[in-house]
Amino acid sequence: MSSLAFPFATLPRTGNLNLTPVVPLPDSDRKPLTKKETSADHPTWCPGCGDFSVLALYFKLIERRKLWHEKITTVAGIGCSSRFPYFVQGHGAHFIHGRALPYASGVSISRPDLHVFVFGGDGDAFSIGGNHFTHTARKNVKLTYVVMDNQVYGLTKNQTSPTSPLGYKSKTDAWGSTDRPINPVKQAIAAGATFVARTSAMSPNHVLAMMEAAMDHDGFSFIQCLSECVEFFPGAFDGAIPRKGGVFNEISKGHDVTDEYAAYKLADVAWPGQFGIFYKANRPTKNANEAKIIADHRAKVQGMADWQILQKNFDRMK
Amino acid sequence: MSAAAEAPAQPGSQSRVTKINEAIIRIAGNSQDGIQAIGGFLARLAGRSEQEVMTFMTIPSTISGGPSIFQVRIGSGEVLSAGDEADMLLCFYQHSYEDHIKSLKLGGIVLYDADHVTPKPEWQENYRHVGVNISSLTVEAIGGTGRDKGKNIYSLGLLAKIYDLDVAKLKKLFTERFGGKDASVLNNANACFDAGYNHSLENLLKSYQFYAGADKGGHQVVMNGNEALAYGLIAAGIRFGAGYPITPWSDIMELLRKELPKYGGSFIQCEDEIASVSMAIGASWGGRVAVTGSSGPGISLKSEAIGWASMAEMPLIVVDVQRGGPSTGMPTNVEQSDLNIATFGGHGDSPRVVLAPSGVEDCFYTAIEAVNIARKYSTPVIILTDQGIATRIEAFPEPKLEQVCQDISPDLTPVADHKPYDLNAPDGVTRHLAPGTRVASGKYPVVTGLEHDEMGHPTGSPKVHLSMIAKRRNKLRKLAWELPTPKTYGPDEGHILLVGWGSTEGPMREAVDRARAVGDAFSCINLKHINPLPNGLEKIFKGFHHVFVVELNDEGLYGYGQLASVLRARYTDPKIQGINKVDGLTWKVKEILDRARTLASTK
Repeated sequence: MSSLAFPFATLPRTGNLNLTPVVPLPDSDRKPLTKKETSADHPTWCPGCGDFSVLALYFKLIERRKLWHEKITTVAGIGCSSRFPYFVQGHGAHFIHGRALPYASGVSISRPDLHVFVFGGDGDAFSIGGNHFTHTARKNVKLTYVVMDNQVYGLTKNQTSPTSPLGYKSKTDAWGSTDRPINPVKQAIAAGATFVARTSAMSPNHVLAMMEAAMDHDGFSFIQCLSECVEFFPGAFDGAIPRKGGVFNEISKGHDVTDEYAAYKLADVAWPGQFGIFYKANRPTKNANEAKIIADHRAKVQGMADWQILQKNFDRMK
Repeated sequence: MSAAAEAPAQPGSQSRVTKINEAIIRIAGNSQDGIQAIGGFLARLAGRSEQEVMTFMTIPSTISGGPSIFQVRIGSGEVLSAGDEADMLLCFYQHSYEDHIKSLKLGGIVLYDADHVTPKPEWQENYRHVGVNISSLTVEAIGGTGRDKGKNIYSLGLLAKIYDLDVAKLKKLFTERFGGKDASVLNNANACFDAGYNHSLENLLKSYQFYAGADKGGHQVVMNGNEALAYGLIAAGIRFGAGYPITPWSDIMELLRKELPKYGGSFIQCEDEIASVSMAIGASWGGRVAVTGSSGPGISLKSEAIGWASMAEMPLIVVDVQRGGPSTGMPTNVEQSDLNIATFGGHGDSPRVVLAPSGVEDCFYTAIEAVNIARKYSTPVIILTDQGIATRIEAFPEPKLEQVCQDISPDLTPVADHKPYDLNAPDGVTRHLAPGTRVASGKYPVVTGLEHDEMGHPTGSPKVHLSMIAKRRNKLRKLAWELPTPKTYGPDEGHILLVGWGSTEGPMREAVDRARAVGDAFSCINLKHINPLPNGLEKIFKGFHHVFVVELNDEGLYGYGQLASVLRARYTDPKIQGINKVDGLTWKVKEILDRARTLASTK
């Protein structure tokens, strides 16, 4: 016979939780959160880093969309940009390198009441986390993934990244990179992502528009956001910044976002390429598929307590 | 069939029935012969007849084909292991016959398929040979198909006759098993069984009858260890899991995938092991502790994320169904060689909890205990089971599910404020606050793998690092004080104390019984709590001249197995020695006894 060292009793909500009774304001009386209330630590980024702009626009999104603190769920892996959760006042998770997407998927599928935002860099997304990018896209897990692509490993101080252009000189490719860079938009479309957009941190209004559209999308929404590393790859994106003589070409209104082949072709346009929503499709999300499986199964056990459902299985094993 | 159990036949009855306490039946064939089904039916029948039962099987790691055995031990008394030597060998092929005759005790019965097996004259004297044309008679029984698919059920009919099994109960089991399928399946099964049962076994001089088992005071359930563990997780309140297929863990994920939706939960099959553990951790962060699992190679891959859960103090259940290692190793064999990776398999100091169930029933309760520890101490808990427990079938008293099942839904009631890593929390034990919970102070927690301050924000302060390392360590020391000291099986003092963990318990206890029966002062303890260890073991060790740690792993470079090394490090007691083996099979009682006696005589 087995003995249990730990009783079955449900754990009381004690420990370090401060349980002083709280009567919070109803949502209808709450004011949209301003930057003052949503910012936490001062970012550790270098002055001039493109990531500042993305963070500021996330605050703006929270304010505009009236997201409450407790609903702000920010998840990241490892990298400069992945420090994001520390800078946001809300429930945050700073996970291990490359695995932010499966972590966020676990949150998204088990907590349908939360919209999860994942922030990360190009190494986190396309190198160490490459497998997860593909599978989260194909599963169409409902969450928003913003990749701040600076085409270099910044936190580890200037090594070649999976999006570094050919010929890029880094500490690991002193004579210039020879590996063909990944095209994140093509990668996302090929993997089955249902919302694929491209923007640049230097075009704030465009970033915000993309984030809002991504958040409204029911499925895996991916945004490639060019975000300059002023320390190791300065000027990388000048070609896309009008005030530096570049061109910020927004995708024409005529583009059919449901046309996968057109989107793929558009993603191949030569540097600095196009900006906007390349592809958007309605496909059942992993969340919806699981919910349907659950609903079908629940219908068969209607009115039964959990232990009674289990009892039925045990009765068959007698 | 112990000799002592043989009772004189009653006068007037057909003088060929012998009463027995137990029988060990080994069925040998190929993996597609359905021999597991015979064993399964026998085990279920025993469970319904107030008898104890334990099975043991080997399967090839190929998809189809390859020799396979299933051994079932049924007893009216306590059954602690699958048995060293069989009373009966049922063999379908020449190789089954030749490879397994040595597992039969002298005078045992060889029941062979005369269509495929040619008995060897030199073995006739030591073993009673009974040949039946099992293949052709099966074809005859179900007619015209020309296939011998039902020969397992035909053989079950033979066994039912020999052991005077309850035919009505067996047929009821057939109905339950095959009833949902095409009616011809059940009809064929019954036809095969009847043909076997009615076959005249003239050259077998006697048949056997089990003594009635002791009243178990309620129903028994019959299942294997993987099933017990999966159902235990459900009872514990687990509603989310993520995994990647690997033998012998896959059964658990398949079962959870099928069952969890009934409870409003999900089990997600992921792209790889790392995604699985990450997804489970994400769901745990969501507020309800989640499960992932694997076997050796997968645990290696999950190690970084498990270390994160230790650092971020996130509840998590990780099941490791140990198999033969290292690397891909021997996927369908048993070993207990993952104790080190479970306990120490993280970079840096990343304490975690490790539990090892001792058998099938214990799998069910260990799952619940693991969930409760994970939640109470905000820690990853690794359940170390093994291939032997995973695949063996046992009967055990039905758990009182209404009392046992737990609701661990997240509580999102607003709080005034919250420090996820409060250094003033008693014993360092802090509780996770799920996202979606409103914090009135407006200061929200971050969970992280970076060394952090009390709010979860990064810090490089040596002072904070020291405090946080101590916090994570001390809370598990606190847990150790809550753990019960294991009970000694046998007297508290004696010559040899056997120390085992997990599945070693059964054969070790049987070894103690046998040693005591011939006057040798053996006792044993079995550890379920591997990390932290329970306190007070040194007091138990004190009562014995020798402390021998029995485990299915190698003695390593320095001569001690994985648990033995930990015990020696903790107690620095030179009388702690190791008894190890890695042949991929579970312990035989005789092996333990022989090794212990030899070791004691040389120390």
